[in-house]
Order: sequence, then structure tokens, then C-alpha cells
Amino acid sequence: MGKNSKVNIWVLITGLVIGIAALALTALGNPKNMGFCIACFERDIAGALGLHQAAVVQYVRPEIIGLVLGSFIMSLATKEFKAKAGSSPAVRFILGASVMIGALVFLGCPLRMVIRMGGGDLNAFVGLAGFAIGILIGIFFLKKGFSLKRNYSVTLTEGFVMPVSAVVLLALVIAVPGIFLFSEKGPGSMHAPLFVSLAIAMVVGALAQKSRICMVGGMRDVVMFKDFNLLSGFVVVFVTILIGNVILGNFSGFSTYLQPIAHASQLWNLLGMVIVGWGSVLLGGCPLRQLILAGEGNGDSAVTVFGMVVGAALAHNLKLAGSAASLAEDGTYNAGGIADTGKVAVAIIFVVLLAVSILNIPRLDKKSK
Amino acid sequence: MVDARGLSCPMPVVMVQKEVNANKPSELEVLVDAKVCVENVTRYASSQGYDVKVVEKDGEFSMTLKKK
Repeated sequence: MGKNSKVNIWVLITGLVIGIAALALTALGNPKNMGFCIACFERDIAGALGLHQAAVVQYVRPEIIGLVLGSFIMSLATKEFKAKAGSSPAVRFILGASVMIGALVFLGCPLRMVIRMGGGDLNAFVGLAGFAIGILIGIFFLKKGFSLKRNYSVTLTEGFVMPVSAVVLLALVIAVPGIFLFSEKGPGSMHAPLFVSLAIAMVVGALAQKSRICMVGGMRDVVMFKDFNLLSGFVVVFVTILIGNVILGNFSGFSTYLQPIAHASQLWNLLGMVIVGWGSVLLGGCPLRQLILAGEGNGDSAVTVFGMVVGAALAHNLKLAGSAASLAEDGTYNAGGIADTGKVAVAIIFVVLLAVSILNIPRLDKKSK
Repeated sequence: MVDARGLSCPMPVVMVQKEVNANKPSELEVLVDAKVCVENVTRYASSQGYDVKVVEKDGEFSMTLKKK
């Protein structure tokens, strides 16, 4: 593996800070094993905006706003902010929605998967297996020449869409919170104080921009280039969360039983994360990375994030999302899982991913030019 | 020459990898337009025994990879 095993110190620092930040946010009120979850939080924002009516998952998550703004400020400071777009935006929108639905079938984005693993949730390890399989499928198509084609420099307006959306959302939630829907019970009602979440997420967003940390990039780069740089961040997040949970007394061993906001329907944990891994490789980054890129002016990533928000709304309106394991009052254990509509959606998304993967490989006759 | 301008991760590195594996060039010019691509291509190139020189012009980066 030679010098390629060399890791960037910023990736390690970012992994450590993400781990500590996630533990702190949970201690301050976020749901268990959900200090950060890009998919869940974008879903909560979709709910707060009334795009779906699942009353338990509606809140304007300041973490999403903070991640975008942290990345925006850091990219301005390092002169990396660039307005770019034009790399298959509509396909990216569909991929964003697909990744979101896969994540909500599993109940978490890749970052929450790692956080759940560090919380002792064995179901998340099944998700990890699916995630790895998805990444390998994605890599297969990358090696065949898959590409969503290049982006181009565009006007600043395009680059500012996501940062300005974040600022407007923040201003509205401070000035006129009454216009939004907020959960009174369930995960959406559990959150750290707004400004604390915002500040922590801005630090994480800035570091994530600087380090390029990406949950999907980690495994992808190891397989494709024997490059362990990004994977080291993934590992540090896991270890930090695990140690932190042990120190804080939150850790009670590894189990699949009654894990926080998780289900034990393993086939669907696996398949949900296959979609996330595969779709994210095609997009060039995990949901966290899409937010960070959108913050530094990438219009294609902004479209992907909007696709994810729409995907989240669809997931709840059409009952595609997983439902968490629960214990009834009489002690009956329900392992949770997904409805038949969700199973059909997973099947359809596999067809979509396969079609996108194959149709974006340059044909052989064109290749020889 | 590899022109990877406008391509997102990890396409620039994939293109350089393909060229390196196919032709084992002693010198290779790579064009990219994002710092992150410069970092990724540099990491890959040095692992393959190349020295890397980067010249920035108008937000684009011209990278020269030379076999050590």
C-alpha cells in the first residue's frame, strides 16, 4: 500500500470531533444514537416544512443548517468556494431521493450507521455489510467507466443556493417558528438547544470541508486505490463513539434487541444500506459529503440534497420508511421493519440504480475514438 | 494527458489510474479544477512512485507527474 496509506491528520481530527459532537448532542437532547444523522435530520426538516405528515419526525434540525454554513465559511476562507453545476442534475436528484429512501428503510445515513455501531446496535453491523456490498457494486460500474459527466463553472447565484437556503431557514425558525410543524412526541421532539446544535454543527461542517471526510469514500478508496485516508475518519468516529458511550455509561453490550430507533428486520437493514452504498458511490459521496459540497458552491450536490428531502417526504407519505422496534405495554416485543410498500420501493430503486449505472457507461464504439 | 476538469470524486484518480496501469508513462500531465482532486491525485501518484508538481492558473490546476 506504500505511501498511499498515509492519512491526513485533519481526517483523524474531524472523525474525533464528529464522534465527540455526536455524543454531546445526544447528551443535550438529541435522540439516542442520533447525535448526527443526515438522512433523519433532512427528513425532520421535510416534516417541519409540511412536506410529510409523520407527526413524530418534524423539526427544523439546526445541525443541517450548521453543516452547510460551516462548510460555506471554511470554503470562503480557503478560497475553495466555487459555483459549479451541470453534471447530470436530474439524475442526481433521483439518486438523492433513492439514497434517502434506502437510508430510511435502514433508519439512518452512513454516519448514523457508524454512530449506531458505536452504540452497540448489531443491526447496524448488518447495515454495514449492506453498505459495503453497495459500494462494491458501485465500484464495479466506476471501473466500467460510469460517469455522470463533468460540471462547469456557473454564476455565483447557483453556488449560493444552499448556503442562502440555510440562512433563510435559520432566520425563519428564529423569527417565526410558528409557521413550522414541530413534533410534540417521538424523535422529532427530542433535540439539543438550537444554538448549541448550530454551533457544534458549524465546527463539524468546517472540519468536514477541510478534511473531505466521507463515509462512502473511505471504503471506496481502500478498494480502488488502497488509500486508507478517508477510511481512517470512519474508524475514528466509530472508536470515539464506542469509548464515549462506555465512559458515559450508555453502553450495555452489542445486541440486535430493542435498539434505539432501529429495527431488527435484517434483510431490509441490509438492502436499505446496499442502496445507500451503491447510490452514494454513483453520486461521488455520502449524504454528509453532499451537504458539505453544496455548502462550498456545488449546485449538483444542492440538487442532490433537495432530492433527498423529497425522497424523505415520499418515504413517509407512501409509508416506505422502516418502523423502529418497540415494546408494548403488555411486554410484547415488536422487532419493527418495513411495510410491503417499502419492499416494493426497494425493488424499484434497485432497478433505477441499475439503469442509471448501465446507461451512464460510455458505449464501446464511442470509447475507441 | 488526462483532462479531468469538472469531474467529481473519484473520477480524476480513476482516469490517472487507468493511464498509469495501461501505459506506465514516465511523465503524465493531469488537468483538474478542484483542490480536492489535486490532493487525491497527488496521494495516488506518490503511492505509484511519481513526483508531483502543481501549477495553478485561473482556478485550474495543471499537474505534472514524473516517475522518480
